[in-house]
Amino acid sequence: MSETKILNCIVCPMGCEMTATIEGGTVTNVTGNTCPRGAKYAQEEITAPKRMLTSTVRITGGLLPLLPVVSKNPLPKDKVLACAEHLRTITVEAPIAEGATICENILGLGVDIVASRAMDVHAE
Amino acid sequence: MQNTLYDVIIIGGGPAGLSAAYSAYENGAKKILIIERDRELGGILQQCIHNGFGLHHFKEELTGPGYAYRCAELIKGKEEIEVLIDTMVLLITRDKTVTAVSPEHGLLKLKGKTIILTMGCRERTRGAIRIPGERPAGVFTAGAAQRMVNMEGYLPGHKIVILGSGDIGLIMARRMSLEGCKVQAVLEICPFSNGLTRNIVQCLHDYDIPLHLSHTITKIHGRDRITGITAAQVDDKMQPIPGTEFDIECDTLLLSVGLIPENELSQGLGLEMHPLTNGPIVDQRRHTTLDGIFAAGNVVHVHDLVDFVSEEAEIAGKFAAFHAQATHPPMLRRVNVKTGDGIRTCVPQRLSLPPAGEDSKLFMRVGKPERKVKLEVKSGDTVIMSKMLPVAKPSEMIAINIPAEKTATFGGEITVSINREV
Ligand SMILES: Cc1cc2nc3c(=O)[nH]c(=O)nc-3n(C[C@H](O)[C@H](O)[C@H](O)COP(=O)(O)OP(=O)(O)OC[C@H]3O[C@@H](n4cnc5c(N)ncnc54)[C@H](O)[C@@H]3O)c2cc1C
Ligand code: SF4
Repeated sequence: MSETKILNCIVCPMGCEMTATIEGGTVTNVTGNTCPRGAKYAQEEITAPKRMLTSTVRITGGLLPLLPVVSKNPLPKDKVLACAEHLRTITVEAPIAEGATICENILGLGVDIVASRAMDVHAE
Repeated sequence: MQNTLYDVIIIGGGPAGLSAAYSAYENGAKKILIIERDRELGGILQQCIHNGFGLHHFKEELTGPGYAYRCAELIKGKEEIEVLIDTMVLLITRDKTVTAVSPEHGLLKLKGKTIILTMGCRERTRGAIRIPGERPAGVFTAGAAQRMVNMEGYLPGHKIVILGSGDIGLIMARRMSLEGCKVQAVLEICPFSNGLTRNIVQCLHDYDIPLHLSHTITKIHGRDRITGITAAQVDDKMQPIPGTEFDIECDTLLLSVGLIPENELSQGLGLEMHPLTNGPIVDQRRHTTLDGIFAAGNVVHVHDLVDFVSEEAEIAGKFAAFHAQATHPPMLRRVNVKTGDGIRTCVPQRLSLPPAGEDSKLFMRVGKPERKVKLEVKSGDTVIMSKMLPVAKPSEMIAINIPAEKTATFGGEITVSINREV
């Protein structure tokens, strides 16, 4: 039993349209890619797709009510929405340094969420 | 402050202004002033919380605020660089006097030997594209919505339609989805998206958001609050095709229909403007048509990569610093840069060359998507430089660097064009 999947390579601006053949959960063949990086991307994107997450958490005592945050490493794609939802429940307090850990090991996925910027205490 | 004659006054504290200040400092300017109207430095990047910035300039992948932070760190604690925030520049005159106003200092008159314009750009609004229908609440520019969601902490609505598939529209589609909203559709009047493939995949496909190419909005429904829109397919002249209309329900419409340089101050100064870039005409040093006035970043032409913004601003900062320190004006030869077949815009629009020539980097945009073409720089009929382009899209700026010795051979005019016979 094999199936095929059409996907666009995002590794470089060429944006090759590729067709991947999948057998029993593994990619057995890729066509349409101009270079080997396309095949590698198709392999990853089909078997274990990952995404970076950028979002915000609430912050008190800073210039703004929100602090932008970013995942230190990519997260499994199907867990991204759950992680974003979890971040909506977090509130931190200024001051925060750039790169400070905001949520350690989010949802047990082994990835930390860190501050994208610094935010000092803001006197009203 | 008001009695100081500054070497360089920089209008706008976004990445362009900050990079220009740092470069002016590195090139010997002693009195540098940055004026920013917002409460903090960083410009529009503070609201672009996604990542993908800085791969060229800082050699790592940063978020917008992360990039702004790096730029601000560069100038921090430098005695030579003064910063005025919460200060709006109202007027610049030809004698390089800047009139500004702030709650803290009131009305200020400041004088510079040189001025660098780095005011960035703003978004086109509904008025600029004319959609018929009522004017209910719930219609925002994508950038205004981005500021609300990412900096101010509230959502513009819950059921969203986005008009325009440039990167800002795509990024907002994902952002609203992550905040638990339902993005019903993205509509694009062109037969192709102006966004990066990466953004189409990761912002639309990931969240099952349909993209309707060659479609526009023909009607907005709702009286007090928007309740939906009518979409229709367009023909190759971008006119709606009767019979193709369909309705989409929504409580929010985001318009992502392009950016225009913020140039009221430049026009007040009487700078020569370019009709297609909507920014001032500059040479390779980012010197405008008025002596001692420079410009860089989105105020000159809308960039898609902030890395190029910093690069351009560093050039402007360096030459403004040299200009402020020079005792007599240099003798320079003028070369016009023309756009030929396939190229829509090119910055700089002219070169001002010393006798030995000068390294000159050209930034261009094509008029329509192309594949496997050659970019050519010609002086008369001679091809001076060329570059193969596997793909070229109007949304992605193309850069080519011309070394000094080649520019020394130029006549009074060069042309950049696309050669499709390769
Ligand atoms: C809504 C929006 C979203 C964007 N998203 C992206 C993105 O996702 N990725 C990307 O690469 N690029 C994005 N861009 C493009 C981005 O603007 C540039 O990459 C870059 O930030 C431009 O830098 P700049 O310094 O030229 O302009 P800006 O960052 O806009 O900075 C200009 C500064 O000048 C100040 N200013 C203007 N007029 C005055 C005045 N009269 N007095 C005092 N101060 C003044 C403004 O307050 C602002 O801080 C976006 C642009 C917009 C408008
Ligand atoms: S397959 Fe290679 S050439 Fe094609 S988009 Fe991917 S990286 Fe670029």
